[in-house]
Amino acid sequence: MKVHVIVMPKRSVLDPQGVAVRNAVREAGVSGLQGVRVGKFLELEFETEPDAAGLDEVCRDLLSNPVIEDYVIERSAGRQI
Amino acid sequence: MKIAVIQFPGSNCDQDCLAALRAGLGASAGYVWHKEESLAGYDAVVLPGGFSYGDYLRCGAIARFSPIMKAVIAAAREGMPVLGICNGFQILCEAGLLPGALVRNRDLAFICQPVRLRVETSDTPFTRLTRPGRILRMPVAHGEGAFFADEPVLERLRAEDRIVFRYVDAAGRPVAEANPNGSVDNVAGVCNPERNVVGMMPHPDRAWDELLGSTDGRLLFGSLIETFAVR
Repeated sequence: MKVHVIVMPKRSVLDPQGVAVRNAVREAGVSGLQGVRVGKFLELEFETEPDAAGLDEVCRDLLSNPVIEDYVIERSAGRQI
Repeated sequence: MKIAVIQFPGSNCDQDCLAALRAGLGASAGYVWHKEESLAGYDAVVLPGGFSYGDYLRCGAIARFSPIMKAVIAAAREGMPVLGICNGFQILCEAGLLPGALVRNRDLAFICQPVRLRVETSDTPFTRLTRPGRILRMPVAHGEGAFFADEPVLERLRAEDRIVFRYVDAAGRPVAEANPNGSVDNVAGVCNPERNVVGMMPHPDRAWDELLGSTDGRLLFGSLIETFAVR
């Protein structure tokens, strides 16, 4: 099964990548854009259902840095990317 | 006294660190590969700059889980002096030995230039030959070197005198114009509560000979050697 993990910079952390992308989108002529934040999307493929506690731990300790990032786990991810 | 320079796949300042310690200061130093599990025979550790494990995921995130880091973390907790330079600083933050994190530079560019640092505390094994207020010149070379910590953590660092270096202008003021990367409060280096673990983004290993444009890095490595000489 696939598990999707989305890691985003905390709102309190300066995200210069997001600002640069926001400016570029505006320059491309898209109006009304307030902001962009750039994060990471990870797809984890498991043979069997992963242990919830273990998955949460690895998201917290390795896949994200809780000082600067938040994460969301999407189990039994339905969408294909 | 012997100093370990840890080598990760992707370290690229390991030779600079070893040269600074051996040729620059005549110290006894050797490489320790990341797959080693012991620091036996060593009295201090330098984590050099570079791009350990390609900087994949986050800078320092994967290096932190290497076998040698278990030994470094255990030794640091027992009081062994540990200096993390650039990528080494990022690894120490990821490992939880130092507070905060290093994030992408404010202006997104990779910065490679000399900076001025003000020593904020001489109470670490790496700054004892300096005094607070002394201005040092050495280069920075990083893309993700903006120090970030939230306000409660910063307040604690200030209260406990744990900000070791700040970026300053020629007059020694930590103004915005002197901040190369957007670090909060112009922080360029910090230490742990026990003061034996220091991390810094600038490179003392690139400032130990007149040919390199500055010899101020000698003060930091020399402080470490002095620490053991007086024990």
